[in-house]
Amino acid sequence: MASITLTVNGSARTLDVRDPDKPLLYALRNDLNLKGAKYGCGLGQCGACTVIVDGEAVRSCTSPVSAFAGKKITTIEGLGSPDKPHKVQAAFIAEQAAQCGYCTNGMVMSGAALLEKTPKPTAEQVKDALAQNLCRCGTHERIVSAVVKAGGARG
Amino acid sequence: MNIHTSRRNFLKSTGALFIAIPFASELKAEVISGKTVDAAQVDAYLALHADGTATIYSGKVDLGTGLRAAFPQIAAEELGLPIDKIKLIEGDTLLTPDQGPTSGSNGIPKGGMQLRQAAATARQALIKLAAEKLGKPVNELDAINGEVRPKAGGAGLSFASLITDKGFELKLDGKAPVRDSRMHQYVGKHVPRPDIPAKATGRHVYMHDFDMPGMMHGRTIRPAIIGAELVSVDESSIASIPGAKIVRIKNFLGVVAPDEWDVVRAAKMLKAEWKGGGLPTDSAGLRDYVKAQKVSSTEALDKAGDFATAYAAAPKKLSGEFYWPTQSHASLGPSCAVADVKEGEATIWCSSQGTHRYAKHFADMLGLPANKMRVHYLDGAGCYGMNGHEDAAADAAFMSKAIGKPVRVQWTREDEHGLDPKGPPQVITQEAALSADGKIVAWHTTMRCPKPTDKLPTIPLLSPVEADAKQVKGIATGSLSSGGKPPYDVPNLLVEVHWLEDTPLRASHLRAPGKIGNCLAVETFMDELALAAGKDPVEFRLAYLSDPRGREAVERVAKLFNWDKRVEPRRNGKGRGIGFTQYKGDETYVAIAMEVDVSADGHIKVTRVAATHDCGQIISPDGVRSQVEGCILQTIGRTLFEEVKFDRNHVTSRDWASYPILTFPDVPEMKIELIDRPNEPPRGAGEAATAPVAAALANAVFDATGIRLRTVPFTAARVKSAMVETGVKFG
Repeated sequence: MASITLTVNGSARTLDVRDPDKPLLYALRNDLNLKGAKYGCGLGQCGACTVIVDGEAVRSCTSPVSAFAGKKITTIEGLGSPDKPHKVQAAFIAEQAAQCGYCTNGMVMSGAALLEKTPKPTAEQVKDALAQNLCRCGTHERIVSAVVKAGGARG
Repeated sequence: MNIHTSRRNFLKSTGALFIAIPFASELKAEVISGKTVDAAQVDAYLALHADGTATIYSGKVDLGTGLRAAFPQIAAEELGLPIDKIKLIEGDTLLTPDQGPTSGSNGIPKGGMQLRQAAATARQALIKLAAEKLGKPVNELDAINGEVRPKAGGAGLSFASLITDKGFELKLDGKAPVRDSRMHQYVGKHVPRPDIPAKATGRHVYMHDFDMPGMMHGRTIRPAIIGAELVSVDESSIASIPGAKIVRIKNFLGVVAPDEWDVVRAAKMLKAEWKGGGLPTDSAGLRDYVKAQKVSSTEALDKAGDFATAYAAAPKKLSGEFYWPTQSHASLGPSCAVADVKEGEATIWCSSQGTHRYAKHFADMLGLPANKMRVHYLDGAGCYGMNGHEDAAADAAFMSKAIGKPVRVQWTREDEHGLDPKGPPQVITQEAALSADGKIVAWHTTMRCPKPTDKLPTIPLLSPVEADAKQVKGIATGSLSSGGKPPYDVPNLLVEVHWLEDTPLRASHLRAPGKIGNCLAVETFMDELALAAGKDPVEFRLAYLSDPRGREAVERVAKLFNWDKRVEPRRNGKGRGIGFTQYKGDETYVAIAMEVDVSADGHIKVTRVAATHDCGQIISPDGVRSQVEGCILQTIGRTLFEEVKFDRNHVTSRDWASYPILTFPDVPEMKIELIDRPNEPPRGAGEAATAPVAAALANAVFDATGIRLRTVPFTAARVKSAMVETGVKFG
């Protein structure tokens, strides 16, 4: 059994990995008890499992955990908390931008990754950035509005 | 063991029980242990505590719709208690009354109103108790801020000083006077949803995140051909997976393992042989199949005048056939559940919309008495009708029973798209006639629908069939035949349904069952009649709409949208359309106007939507608004993209590439006006705004192209081929 060290939310975490093909999502949820990233499709099609790795939004359901040794992983729990939310999280709360909320992890993480590169995105830029993130409840307008407001640009 | 002891034991034995239920860890077991769940009793719905807080108990659950904000609003208002003193427990079959499933947009109109009456009854009782203690007449007292006080001022008595641990021991009075809406402090005001901070920060415990000691992970293996029988299983095929075990009960096949990724691998590796099975048609042949199905009976749902005579005599006749395909709930998270089946009792955690009725179903299926089954509700991914939540729970229950440990079953994406019970297909025909002076004189709607089984308690689940366990057979679809009646004054009307005995894929209610397709048929036909009569679509509707609330919805949407009056279609690739409904014939009013761009290659882009929505008294304005937004966006996707594809073996559209839904670039600009009527009863808001979406969209496409789209989804290929067929060109 190989062990692998990941940097998750600023802490070094060492895991025993029997199958190096095990997706990062399963390591986060089951080995590290970080359940904010969600299983949506296991195919990289919906975005519910998104985490930020070295500044990039990454689908954790299709990426093997072995590919993340030495990389900096941020999950939604590490981004902020109810008491100290990240500005994207605070904007989601202010805009009430969730219905069932199962896609919210992916939206928040993709939105936060976007702001790192494009600090004041327009609504169109947000829509483009989230084009591969699915929401089934139809909360899209609020999500766009939240990310735009978190960036501080006028929608 | 009596029921009280049993409740205490449940609370003691399941330490993880409350982790996902907000505030519930603060509850004292001894307070709960004797609690009634009799829906006729006030104490079933609420309990006042010595510390000045209250707990409300709801059999209806929040499916992401905001009931978690709305129920405390209602209770706080009626009780006279600050809203932050109120805690909510929902869907737990041991603690909450059975208020029926959370479906049909009845969370507020039924569940919320039961809670309102319970709280109003409680307030009357508190005032009466205080009147005796204070020596004042009841009409001089009111319940405010957790106290009963003289209205004229002066010292009051706290609720806690008036009520003991025993509770009210009172029957719910359906006629107990409720607060005057002009005095409302919470109802009709914005109250943020309590679950959103945890959802936005990854702390909310969904069903999928629930864990308990000793829990095993399970996956169900289902045949590649629906209905196939299991011949053999090669146990050696998963020998390399640590701790993996096979659970086989007749045709039910599952695999469990301590580690989730291991069980994912085991489910892929497991070799099994199946035989038989298959479907009577494929999706390409479904419309013809439905049209050729034997009609078991025909029912006239609405009748006025004499349709046949008026139609025969009329000079202008129109007819058309409409098709709504099979669609999936397509929940973003595949269904998940945990079951802990022990000797003689069981607990299930499930995102069911109907925990109470499925508790009975699960108990029957496991051979347990109903009172030995407890079902807890935890949030799932949105389900919009019954998806696979209960199936996953039944799968978990069979596996847990077999191995004697708690089992968590997580369906895969392929399972969810392939196996969730589907919204069944609909074929709707319209015939109508105009008089020589352009007046509607006759209208006939005919719907072909699978007939729901009379008094079916629950929708049959997959694994009890496979395991040959007890379960009631039948079909449930929701009321597919509702909405075929035009909401207009028509002198000679006949609305009929041809009942069919079955439908190829297992059915269930999918948001606004039948009503989107029926409204598409009725409302695009209304536009066809308007054109034939030489009238603008809005003007024509108003000429036949006498209900003042309906008129207001249509008039206000025309203004909100800045509707341009026109009779002939514009045919330049840009168009606008309208759709109107009164949901289920007597509930919420919705009018939707829509603008579309249609490209030369047939792609439809909805650019602008305006909606007016009158659901009577509004409890949570932002909750209603969010439901209306969701209804509009989800239904644009259902109309443009969604159709379940299947061959003679199984569903083939089993991922998001083959079953596309609306994405961010498809999102139009939306303007929504909520019409609040504080003195009317509240109606549902969860589905109504879906109904006119497809109609408004089809009418806008007609305006843009001159093409009538009557077959859903309105894919680019379908639009392009209609453009080629009719020689339409623009751009």
